[in-house]
Amino acid sequence: MPSSATDTAVGSTGSSGTSWSDVTSSESSLRRFLHGLPGVDQVGANARAAALGTRSIKTTAKAQALDLAIRMVDLTTLEGQDTPGKVRALAAKAMRPDPTDPTCPATAAVCVYPDLVPVAVEALGDSGVHVAAVATAFPAGRAAMDVKLADTRAAVAAGAAEIDMVIDRGAFLAGRYQLVHDEIVAVKEACRRPDGTSAHLKVILETGELATYDNVRRASWLAMTAGGDFIKTSPGKVSPAATLPVTMIMLEAVRDYRAATGEIIGVKPAGGIRTTKDAIKYLVTVQEVAGPEWMDPDLFRFGASSLLNDLLLQRQKMATGRYSGPDYVTND
Amino acid sequence: MARLDVRKTYKLYVGGAFPRSESGYTYEVLDAKGRFVANASLASRKDARDAVVAARKAFGGWSSRTAYNRGQVLYRVAEMVEDRRPQFVAAVQQAEGLTAARAGGVVDATVDRLVWYAGWTDKLTQVVGNANPVSGPFFNLTTPEPTGVVAVLAPQASSLLGLVSTLAPVIATGNTCVVVSSYARPLPAVTLAEALATSDVPGGVVNLLTGSAATLGPWLAAHMDVNAIDLGGVVGLDGAEGSSQQLATELEVAAADNLKRVRRAPAAEPDWTAGPGLDTMTDFVELKTVWHPMGV
Repeated sequence: MPSSATDTAVGSTGSSGTSWSDVTSSESSLRRFLHGLPGVDQVGANARAAALGTRSIKTTAKAQALDLAIRMVDLTTLEGQDTPGKVRALAAKAMRPDPTDPTCPATAAVCVYPDLVPVAVEALGDSGVHVAAVATAFPAGRAAMDVKLADTRAAVAAGAAEIDMVIDRGAFLAGRYQLVHDEIVAVKEACRRPDGTSAHLKVILETGELATYDNVRRASWLAMTAGGDFIKTSPGKVSPAATLPVTMIMLEAVRDYRAATGEIIGVKPAGGIRTTKDAIKYLVTVQEVAGPEWMDPDLFRFGASSLLNDLLLQRQKMATGRYSGPDYVTND
Repeated sequence: MARLDVRKTYKLYVGGAFPRSESGYTYEVLDAKGRFVANASLASRKDARDAVVAARKAFGGWSSRTAYNRGQVLYRVAEMVEDRRPQFVAAVQQAEGLTAARAGGVVDATVDRLVWYAGWTDKLTQVVGNANPVSGPFFNLTTPEPTGVVAVLAPQASSLLGLVSTLAPVIATGNTCVVVSSYARPLPAVTLAEALATSDVPGGVVNLLTGSAATLGPWLAAHMDVNAIDLGGVVGLDGAEGSSQQLATELEVAAADNLKRVRRAPAAEPDWTAGPGLDTMTDFVELKTVWHPMGV
């Protein structure tokens, strides 16, 4: 049973009076809590997300949004054919996304498979760009527990600053919340480094497989009470991946969690965000739903690969006043 | 009982689809006598941007078709225009104020022009390509290859024959294009787009925008993903001779940024009924030379 599970959350429970250790102590109390969360009005959520997507962000506001979005990108390569060379190229791009423009900011992180973490760490050096690694038998999450933990420990030992873990959707959908909870707790424990610090843990909910918005809300709360530092929509391998309404529901969850506990959890949509237009819609949603504190690369990230190129093209367009083309960004 | 009119909505042709302008704007199109005919979509710079993206996407497929196949497709376009002959005659008559007989002659010339270029697709290489004599044990071969995405500012006066005469040579050699039609006479261009959509031209190879070449020209000329531009449509813009020359110069300067090939605006709109020369095609090809060892 989870002993060290809820130490962080309980410590700052504060005004709400809820004790997470009570909630998470047993399968039945966890179920009672998660199913006691208010249901999501699906039609309302879709309409609100669509309304937030209609904002017009132009000129200086757009320029700021572009730079912020670039700073929030987790530049990702998760292919079976990834090579050390490709990771080094990606690292170079993360540090200087637009080599022709020194004012262009660096991305937040590079996201790779665990075995390529040493390559990324070496390539990024002390540039300030983090190395994120997917772990726990990504993307399906179907492996024995000790395999997942070993995967995580190896990535952390190799120098990953952030771990993206996948939850066991099968267990979640079967209603075995305790199992999912304990798994997150155990992985969080595995993220701890010998010096006492800990790698940031991003919990991938795989919202594309959770079927309903109610499940998204429940999975968000489950991940937060178990100690995740970030909640992430999806590995980006399944379609539909991140959608605006789902991200909005997760942002509501982190907002409410903060109100209840005082703790701030980050959100990372990933997969399917390819255009600047989409990225700006997400930023508007972050600002309006969660609040201005979340307009920060420490608390909101985009898991993306092709998005960065579109952001750069738009940035070049704003700087030069003419349309740019794919010949002027790297092809990766 | 009087039947309700079923009026046609004249739209743009981008990526094989017929969207309205992203901006939602339209403008009034008048016939040669100044009477209202229809509203046409007024393409914005964002429509031009989308059209360039569509043209770029279509370039790989179109340029790798065999020259023979491109000829077949162009011939098919000629068939489609011939098939819609009465419609084109009416459109040209209305736009250019010609008699039915002369408009018929223009449509015939248009069909013939398409057939002419259809025949050239697989012959141009023989004519402008070459086996170069070099002083070494090499085959030295030069072949024309398509330039890429070509922006075409179509002639302002000749709404169909002039349009086809600038458009067909561009796609015959394997380029894809973004065409800005005549501003005052856009309707034959829209009808041509419908013929293109029903022939075997893949979506995105020809993108037709109705609107102002003076407005869209600078965006296309400066666009870094456009490889060449035909400034033929600048002639006679805004009426005043001086201003159109000035615009042509501005567009040439903008086009220099990424070294676009530029087909300069002539002093006056040419007589389109005259047989075209090969330069209509060779202006938008790149000559590639390969050295291959021989002997051994």
